[in-house]
Amino acid sequence: MSTSTGTPAPPSTAGRPGPSPRSRFASRGTRGREGLWGWLFVSPMVLGLGLFMALPIVMAAWVSLLNWDGQSNPFTPDADFVGLANYRSLLAEDGLARTLLATSLRNNTYYVLLTVPLQTALSLTLAIVVNQRMLRGRSMLRTTFYFPSVTSSIAVCTVFLFLFQGSGAVNQLLGYVGVKGPNWFADPRGVLWVLLEAAGVIDGEKPGGFLAEHRLMGLPWSEWLAGPSVAMCTLILLAVWTTSGTFMLIFLAALQNIPRELEEAAALDGAARRHVLRHVLLPALRPVMFLVTTLGLIATWQVFDQVYVLGQGDPANTTLTPAFLSYSYGFDNAEFGQGAAISFVLLAIVLLMTGVQRVLLRERGSRRPRRARGRQAQDTPEKGAVRAHD
Amino acid sequence: MFRRSAVAVTACAVLAATTTACSSGFDKNENGPEQDTGKGQSLRVLVAVSGDAETKAVKKATAAWEKKSGHKVTVQLAKDIDQQLAQAFAGNRPPDAFYVNSDQFANYAKGGSLYAYGEKVPDKEDFAPQLRKAFTHKGELVCLPKDFSTLGLVVNTEKWKEAGLSEKDYPDTWDELEKTAAKLTKGKTAGLVTTNEYQRLGVFMKQAGGWITDSSESKMTADSKENAEGLGFAKKLLRSGSMKYAKQVDTGWAGEALGKGRAAMIIEGNWLAGAMKQDFPDVDYKVLPLPEGPAGKGTLAFSNCWGVAKESTHQKAAVDLVRHLTSAKEQLASSDAIGVMPSRESVMDEFAKEHPESAGWAEGDAYAQSPVTVPGFTKVLDQFNSDLQSLSTGKPATILSTLQRNGEQALKKGD
Repeated sequence: MSTSTGTPAPPSTAGRPGPSPRSRFASRGTRGREGLWGWLFVSPMVLGLGLFMALPIVMAAWVSLLNWDGQSNPFTPDADFVGLANYRSLLAEDGLARTLLATSLRNNTYYVLLTVPLQTALSLTLAIVVNQRMLRGRSMLRTTFYFPSVTSSIAVCTVFLFLFQGSGAVNQLLGYVGVKGPNWFADPRGVLWVLLEAAGVIDGEKPGGFLAEHRLMGLPWSEWLAGPSVAMCTLILLAVWTTSGTFMLIFLAALQNIPRELEEAAALDGAARRHVLRHVLLPALRPVMFLVTTLGLIATWQVFDQVYVLGQGDPANTTLTPAFLSYSYGFDNAEFGQGAAISFVLLAIVLLMTGVQRVLLRERGSRRPRRARGRQAQDTPEKGAVRAHD
Repeated sequence: MFRRSAVAVTACAVLAATTTACSSGFDKNENGPEQDTGKGQSLRVLVAVSGDAETKAVKKATAAWEKKSGHKVTVQLAKDIDQQLAQAFAGNRPPDAFYVNSDQFANYAKGGSLYAYGEKVPDKEDFAPQLRKAFTHKGELVCLPKDFSTLGLVVNTEKWKEAGLSEKDYPDTWDELEKTAAKLTKGKTAGLVTTNEYQRLGVFMKQAGGWITDSSESKMTADSKENAEGLGFAKKLLRSGSMKYAKQVDTGWAGEALGKGRAAMIIEGNWLAGAMKQDFPDVDYKVLPLPEGPAGKGTLAFSNCWGVAKESTHQKAAVDLVRHLTSAKEQLASSDAIGVMPSRESVMDEFAKEHPESAGWAEGDAYAQSPVTVPGFTKVLDQFNSDLQSLSTGKPATILSTLQRNGEQALKKGD
């Protein structure tokens, strides 16, 4: 445990229980002194967080209310204060800013909807596989599965660029089985339309009619419904592949914390393996599941580096994400105020999604003894996970 | 609780103090910082080069100036110059002299980051008028164009012969271009390859008699019939399969496609000469003027300018350095190294004489369209470029009316 936090851990001093929490009033002096020491010990972390997280967030919030081009001081009375205009142009006014935000939200929604379930399912499967006691070469498999997560994402992206070229390795493999692969990173078509076209429902041109004429946030419905583009699918594939190792490790740690007796008892009661999985393992893994999906959700909503390397929003803005849009507004267009506003819209989305997901994954029904075990199981992997994720 | 509020107050005080400290770097004098007038000043120069040849040329030229002036110059190569400059301006420590991309020029000039030295240069009239126009902000020439490039039609001579074509078949009109492109498309080779950006496809708009804005850049003219005709022609070529975007033939840009034999013809500018020498020295090519459209000839002009920072303490020395770098002699030297043309009219003839192979590009000097430099236009044109990506399935008129709407909005905001 002591390795999981880099700075002096507050619980070791401040959190140590006194004689009893109720004797608080009696020994206020000593307790107060303890509190002071506590603050002293956590101060490096608090200072660090305050200076490099809280303060910049406050500053960015201020900048998002300005029309700031990055070439003057935003913290003087001369700054061009525009109130909520940056948010209005993003959310309410018909224009390029809103269309771009809508496009990036569309892209990122599909990215999240596909990546999070896939990476959770894959990493859980991998964890269950390498958790088998009978399996030979377990540690080698664990290392292999974890490997993509250790590799730098920029390096992986570059390799993917070559693999998914029009005449790259992937398309050559597909060629052997008689499939003509698309030019992955240059294909802006939405997969939904591609599939419908393959099924012969629609023909080559973009769908017209009702879907093309009606818009939501400046983007036609035909664009909203198009699904991720072919290029985006490769990004999803890449994300699932690189993150599954980390999440496998989290699941694995949790699985090893589930007492063996539970499974044996279930087996004695005549439960088949899939029943054990459904009724014993998965409920015990619920807190970890929450952790993994939350981390996945936050990371996928903030995806930036892959987009930056793999085409900066190309083809045809179908890999544009809010995080990259915010960057591009700031650094390519010298509209830092607008960029900051986008990042706060993104923050709101992440908070909202995490809240929704908390409600969905909350434990229903009466308290069961299993719950307590689940809590314990959560303890170790969670801290490890936060570190691994950083 | 007393203590908790005390902590909160302290935290707020610390935050406030740091905010002030952070922003103190911005304290600007109305007339810029106090100038260093001493001898042996040390200047920082930030450049975004196309390759080793350009790095060498810049370093050689600055070294010559160091000797002449007695000052010192540190040349820094940028990885991503737009981002690096944005950071330097925000951090208030910009380099003294730097390349300014034409699509970022307006943003920097409007933000007051550039020292407008152009009017003080005695021989400014010598620089090509369309480039001077591009780097003028509020009626004032801000910075001197570094060099000059135009677009031409470049053909791979080997593919040309393979298809049984001769010099007489060089296309002069759209019709001929369409026919030869179709003839040259064979197997893995596309007849014509270019990139999906207005900086290339815009030539068709120009040749049809249109352009994105009016000549004073105060009004959008994107949704004109002429522009639709130009893009319509490009769409026709794309749909027939005889024109392809560089990415569709697995290359990063058209020059690579030409070198690798995936393209028989490409639309590219002067920088191609340097790149071909370095990457594909054995590939033979010929540069032609772009074919005529219904409204005659048309091509686009490109240039960077040499910006001097308003916040520099070495403005005088930096301007002197820039004047040295843009002198006729230095420009001709960098023409030899990287293939770009000089931005001075007086040495254009000499360039044409020394580089007959670049005649197709040099000719464009007479009718080239200068780049769009309107503040806040970067994202509008980016959006136009990504719409052009799906030109083969989209409608030119729709793409252009989106451009018109976005551009009008940006123009209104930019005032």
